[in-house]
Amino acid sequence: MHTEPGSPLLYAEGITKSYGQQHVLRSTDFSVREGEVKAILGRSGSGKSTLLRCTALLELPDSGNIWFKGAKLGKKPDSDRWLRETQLARQRREIGMVFQRFNLFPHLTALENVGIGPRTIQGVGADECAERAMAELKHVDMAQCAGKYPQELSGGQQQRVAIARALVMNPKVMLFDEPTSALDPELVGGVLKVMERLASEGMTMVVVTHEVRFARHVADTVVMFHEGRIVEEATPEEFFDDPKSDATRQFLKHVI
Amino acid sequence: MSFDTNLFWDSLFSREFANGALLAIVVALIAQAGGIVIGFLLALIRMNKVPVLSHIAWFYIWILRALPTLLVLLIVWNAFPQFIPSMKDPWFTPFIAACIGLGFQEGAYMSEILRSALSAVDEGQNTAARALGMTPIQSMRRVLIPQMIRVAIPPTSNEFINMIKYTSLASVIALQELLTRAQVQVASTFRYAEYYAAAAVYYLVIVSVLTIAQSRLEKRYLWTSRQPHVTTPVETETP
Ligand SMILES: Nc1ncnc2c1ncn2[C@@H]1O[C@H](COP(=O)(O)OP(=O)(O)OP(=O)(O)O)[C@@H](O)[C@H]1O
Ligand SMILES: [Mg+2]
Repeated sequence: MHTEPGSPLLYAEGITKSYGQQHVLRSTDFSVREGEVKAILGRSGSGKSTLLRCTALLELPDSGNIWFKGAKLGKKPDSDRWLRETQLARQRREIGMVFQRFNLFPHLTALENVGIGPRTIQGVGADECAERAMAELKHVDMAQCAGKYPQELSGGQQQRVAIARALVMNPKVMLFDEPTSALDPELVGGVLKVMERLASEGMTMVVVTHEVRFARHVADTVVMFHEGRIVEEATPEEFFDDPKSDATRQFLKHVI
Repeated sequence: MSFDTNLFWDSLFSREFANGALLAIVVALIAQAGGIVIGFLLALIRMNKVPVLSHIAWFYIWILRALPTLLVLLIVWNAFPQFIPSMKDPWFTPFIAACIGLGFQEGAYMSEILRSALSAVDEGQNTAARALGMTPIQSMRRVLIPQMIRVAIPPTSNEFINMIKYTSLASVIALQELLTRAQVQVASTFRYAEYYAAAAVYYLVIVSVLTIAQSRLEKRYLWTSRQPHVTTPVETETP
């Protein structure tokens, strides 16, 4: 399937999600173009993680559609029902996700953590997996730690392995949920450097972050998320220097 | 009457005792393996709250945890054939009855152990596996079970050691395991200490070997590269 130039690669349309009485996403629209790097800012509890998890089909929205490469994601084209978990699994392969707490598999070495995706999901042979995993580890400056287990790595190193683990599946878009929030300040730089490298290589990225520097200098578009909705979307210059919404002004007052 | 050392050594190395010990080990292995399989299924059913089945699972666990093992063995050996005529046939030996009785009861115990082991695995592990595109079965096999095993090793080893000793209860259904053999000898000679001591030595040796095996297994689940077992060679390349 082909996306027309300028049309979004990924488009979440009218997403609602509630937990019990709590309406977390309220008919949220959200899109990202091919090659675009989009930063999402917003207060804690505003629903940023929920939006990413719904987009990655890790959680199913109560209503709304997700369009990916021009086709409905997670549903049959002519149906409004979500597919079953096994079928959803197949569709998740093209969307990479990186978590705040890394979530590396503790029983596998760094190399095995990266190789397990191609090995179990794509059925690639062991040698080729190791080769592809090694290449991806180099990509995130982690080749020297290939044989180490997660508990032997620093948080920053773990997060870079987690990025490699997502990249090795050749995703069309990478979703980052506060990738540096759990890190000691001195470890943030290494992860941001890898993310900048990805951005410069043309990867489509959605990054929930509190790193204002990253949003300003690496992102193409910055989004303000407030109470389950996007309230402002602008270029970094406009967003930071001339914010339009109250929510953004309030938020920036607190972080900068 | 003093301790007859020769009698002790003779019985220790007798074919009867060795066979009895072997039988105890085989029954324990089969029952434990069956118990792990049953326990895992019960745990999955209860954790996923499968309708109807989870009530049956709850009932199963409730019954088998409540009944004394001796009673379970007697029920399987004596009462089952009353309802299931084919169990009166020669295939239904004390060996099979012991494996069934001990295994089914072990399933109830293992389900609790495995349920807590599975819930001890961090939620984020399954999420990460799903995000990669793994199906529930792939995630279970490649990500959750290995981590669950690590948590389950100590309590399961404990269960297995108990199981070895529980096989001695099968003497009531005439299984020719270790303790039954000792009892037979005692009954015909009225010498207690020698035969009991020989049986005790077998149990000591078996349990010691198991304890060593357990600590070996636990080391394999340390998940650090400073262990000799690591198979992936560390390729270091200077950039
Ligand atoms: N599985 C869940 N069950 C119940 N409530 C949930 C669940 N996940 C999220 N919530 C609630 O939804 C709201 C939004 O959560 P979400 O994690 O999306 O916020 P966030 O913007 O990512 O916040 P943070 O910056 O703290 O990560 C929160 O109030 C949270 O308590
Ligand atoms: Mg969050």
